[in-house]
Amino acid sequence: MTFMERLLAWRNERGAFGFYAVLLATAVLVPLLNLAVPEGSPLHMSTYTVTLVGKYMSYAILAVAVDLIWGYCGILSLGHSAFFALGGYAMGMYLMRQIGTRGVYGNAELPDFMVFLNWSELPWYWQGFDMFWFAAIMVLLAPGLLAYVFGWLAFRSRVTGVYLSIITQALTYALLLAFFRNEMGFGGNNGLTDFKEILGFDLKAPGTRMALFLATALALGVAFAAGRMITGSRLGRVVQAVRDAESRTRFIGYRVESYKLWLFVFSAMLAGVAGALYVPQVGIINPGEFSPINSIEVVIWVAVGGRGTLYGAVLGAVVVNYAKTWFTTVLPDIWLYALGTLFVVVTLFLPQGLVGLISKLKLRRGAA
Amino acid sequence: MNVPHAFSRLIPARLRPSPRSGDVFERHNPPGLDLSHNTVLYLEDITVSFDGFRALNKLTLYVEAGELRCIIGPNGAGKTTMMDVITGKTRPDSGTAWFGQTIDLLGMSEPQIAQAGIGRKFQKPTVFEQHTVFQNLELAMAGDKSVWKMLFAKLSPAQLLRIDEVLETIGLKEHRGALAGVLSHGQKQWLEIGMLLMQEPQLLLVDEPVAGMTPQETERTAELLLSLAGKHSVVVVEHDMDFVRSIARQVTVLHEGSVLAEGSIDEVQNDPRVVEVYLGEPRC
Repeated sequence: MTFMERLLAWRNERGAFGFYAVLLATAVLVPLLNLAVPEGSPLHMSTYTVTLVGKYMSYAILAVAVDLIWGYCGILSLGHSAFFALGGYAMGMYLMRQIGTRGVYGNAELPDFMVFLNWSELPWYWQGFDMFWFAAIMVLLAPGLLAYVFGWLAFRSRVTGVYLSIITQALTYALLLAFFRNEMGFGGNNGLTDFKEILGFDLKAPGTRMALFLATALALGVAFAAGRMITGSRLGRVVQAVRDAESRTRFIGYRVESYKLWLFVFSAMLAGVAGALYVPQVGIINPGEFSPINSIEVVIWVAVGGRGTLYGAVLGAVVVNYAKTWFTTVLPDIWLYALGTLFVVVTLFLPQGLVGLISKLKLRRGAA
Repeated sequence: MNVPHAFSRLIPARLRPSPRSGDVFERHNPPGLDLSHNTVLYLEDITVSFDGFRALNKLTLYVEAGELRCIIGPNGAGKTTMMDVITGKTRPDSGTAWFGQTIDLLGMSEPQIAQAGIGRKFQKPTVFEQHTVFQNLELAMAGDKSVWKMLFAKLSPAQLLRIDEVLETIGLKEHRGALAGVLSHGQKQWLEIGMLLMQEPQLLLVDEPVAGMTPQETERTAELLLSLAGKHSVVVVEHDMDFVRSIARQVTVLHEGSVLAEGSIDEVQNDPRVVEVYLGEPRC
């Protein structure tokens, strides 16, 4: 191995190691600071902050999903929040069914918005969502199936590059419009909210919040490990070959379409899981999650962190969302400008994102 | 298990798109190559037009099993288009293309043709620059290339041995861990030939193998191609007449999309029609 490759390999290992270390530290420290440190202490972490960190981590899972197909396979999906939202809706439907008679109208059979619309019975596609296992399967199946059908059509027709990006935008926008309609039976404009409990536990209780936080941390760890396993396998190398020279890969006998489709479906399912973990923590899912700008933001997270590394995507998701939280509290009008500037700066000056910047600084210090 | 395959079977046959575009998701095991008539490739009356321009005009060409065939011809004679037709990149307007006695190339997609045993080396070296030399050879290796297989596949000792063998043959043993992108032009050409060898094809299509090579590299390439003929059938497209002279037994001259002359290099070079269209002026 040449020096440069050893350096690259080492950087990759260090990055993954750093990711696991930080994730573990977060998963230990956050419960400690939240539950063990008394409330008056300056070190106490509020349940609000716990939920915020949990939300960032569900975004990080989404970022890993986008990095897998964009960073490794070169498919720039500008519609991944559609899969995220579908996973979220599947979970939201389960949470709606858990409300039971505690809704405003006290109807045990129908969610409030259906009573309000004068519906007399539960639509067929709501059947089964009172069972957690069923909802959990739907969290994977709904985004997976959409990705399968969409990908099958798009990849088979050899739609690539900017054209594919545009139709993914159209996909998420179409779903946005559809879910806005009351007749669809997903709560229209208001979406699904006013959740009470999950698996019998009160959603407002700090203990439940903590459990959701830890579940998200675990899911992020598993998603990252699965991503590393895939990208490190021979399949991962084929996928990267597709990214770099698609037709060449075809000529050595790989069915490029199948590889893209497989990874696209996996990535969509991962995004669905992220959405399902997001919804109980923020307490609402509405059609706004389908909006095209959301999907573009995810791509910005990955670009800022550094694509094609997985941990870069996680870093980007956390950094950009922390900035978003800060800006929307302190300077709400500035946020979109800041986001746009960030994207331009990263594209022009940091093609490898923050991860690339860090290793460049290290190299320079090593050389000096 | 191949999920896409399972799904596409749910669609009635008549609704499925045309075979070439549609069955890219289907696992297709081509029937074994039948060389009973000692001919590996039959191209008959192939015509390809681009916007009215006839790139190939009723091209008819046969390649014998184990033969080393050189194809020459001026720019625009249709050499690359012919390779595109054989490898499934371009579909002809008319004509037939058979690989051995039983495999109809015109109904197959690029990956299917590659898996059936036709390997191609491009004019411009196209190796995977972000992969190491070793990984390039691993990617090209013959075998089951379905998605689920690849997710869990590990190299067997025999496969590792095979890669080492090829690394030796193409003289890149020292560079096995180097990124292909940092190789010299000649080394990339060699790596690409190595990838072709890993595919274990019956028929090798080699487009301008010595473009940009030093005389020593050219000589080694000639040796390598000669050693391949016999076991494999090799079709070489080349401009370098000295190189063609050093390897060719049988030469085909293309002109304006069809075969102008065929024969040994001396016969061809003395053919007045060839002299007129290809060599331009008499050689002295």
